[in-house]
Amino acid sequence: MEFWRVPLDADTIQVSRGIVHILEDRCKGCGYCIEYCPKQALEFSTNFNQKGYHPPVVIKPEECVNCHYCEIICPEFAIFSVESLQTTEVEQART
Amino acid sequence: MQEISVTSKKQPRHPLDDLIRTDRIPHIWCPGCGIGTVFSSCLAALKESGIDLKKTVMVSGIGCSGRAAGYVKLDSFHTTHGRAIPFATGLKLANPELNIVVFSGDGDLFAIGGNHFIHAARRNMDMTVICVNNLNYGMTGGQVAATTPYMAKSTTTPAGNPETPFNLPLMAYASGATYVARWTMLHTRDLTDSITEALCKKGFSFIEVLSPCPVNYGRRNKQKPLDMLKLYQEKAIIKNHADPSKLDIDFEKGIILGKFIDLDRPTFIEHYDKIYRPSRLQENVSGLNS
Ligand SMILES: Cc1ncc(C[n+]2csc(CCOP(=O)(O)OP(=O)(O)O)c2C)c(N)n1
Ligand code: SF4
Ligand code: SF4
Ligand code: SF4
Ligand SMILES: [Mg+2]
Repeated sequence: MEFWRVPLDADTIQVSRGIVHILEDRCKGCGYCIEYCPKQALEFSTNFNQKGYHPPVVIKPEECVNCHYCEIICPEFAIFSVESLQTTEVEQART
Repeated sequence: MQEISVTSKKQPRHPLDDLIRTDRIPHIWCPGCGIGTVFSSCLAALKESGIDLKKTVMVSGIGCSGRAAGYVKLDSFHTTHGRAIPFATGLKLANPELNIVVFSGDGDLFAIGGNHFIHAARRNMDMTVICVNNLNYGMTGGQVAATTPYMAKSTTTPAGNPETPFNLPLMAYASGATYVARWTMLHTRDLTDSITEALCKKGFSFIEVLSPCPVNYGRRNKQKPLDMLKLYQEKAIIKNHADPSKLDIDFEKGIILGKFIDLDRPTFIEHYDKIYRPSRLQENVSGLNS
């Protein structure tokens, strides 16, 4: 993760990591999840789903912070995130 | 968050799948329609609130928003146009133990059903009313509604709406609602918190949710789905406890969101039991004490 200024307590803070699941055939391609993901982790897939829409695809899996916003903005119950067991310490981001 | 097993099945289970009739998904709502997001937020709030879902009922009227009752995996009723609130009133009076959620559209609740709304609020009927305000009659092709902004285009006002729309929170407050809030579907977390709070509160609670209807409203007003969301983002002014008379929706000036009213007064059933069913009141009191 990039910081404009590394927090002073950076070594004690843990950043959540998420794994995104996409139920492609429920998606209607509105793009809300893509537009509002704070980490720009998603993009439209070039593939079509069963109904002919382009579902999202995770382009930067390492960026997902498990904020669930894609999950709660999606009108179709087509995407959600779960906590990844591997949490990255801010310490690592400094390097 | 609940546990999700992704390894055992090919298709992962969405965290809200246990509250949805998944055999009916994908739902009928158009791509970019905000109703699905409001519905999802309502389901998240139902979970979050901790209320007994076996004793919770969703009632909808007619319209795109009214289809919600058909997707929730709870006892639910899809009633006639404008009659969700009187139907819900009947349910509550027949079985006061039920938690009642009315989920419906602006046309259903405030045009054909407007009178029912004001009287349920006046009586302080114990229910939570969620209104998806997409500024028009979506289902029937985009006719002008009681909520369509002044000068906005619709199929029945092709040169612009000459009418003044309702200020819904003001109407709810003036009629007697004890909880009144307004959010947009983009403010999903605040919306879920608000619905949760309303579900846990006794009395008549009302939440207005602005939501895009890209197909019938957006298209005629040169707004693509994302334009509408950006407008919500740019024009939102969060102002809790704002004066209800200042809450007219004006996209030029800005749209005031927040929790405006949160007060307590006796519900209809409390008054009714005191006067006509004192024995039940006794039972309830002893029930509470036991
Ligand atoms: C008695 C009666 N009158 C008219 C209709 C036609 N009708 C169906 S839905 C609707 C308006 C729905 O508008 P709204 O409640 O805002 O729902 P939306 O589709 O916008 O979500 C109307 C007028 C009807 N079904 N029944
Ligand atoms: S959980 Fe948050 S960070 Fe991860 S993909 Fe969804 S919106 Fe982006
Ligand atoms: S928000 Fe949902 S329906 Fe819209 S593009 Fe993303 S996954 Fe598809
Ligand atoms: S017509 Fe409008 S309100 Fe109805 S489903 Fe389509 S976008 Fe949503
Ligand atoms: Mg409507």
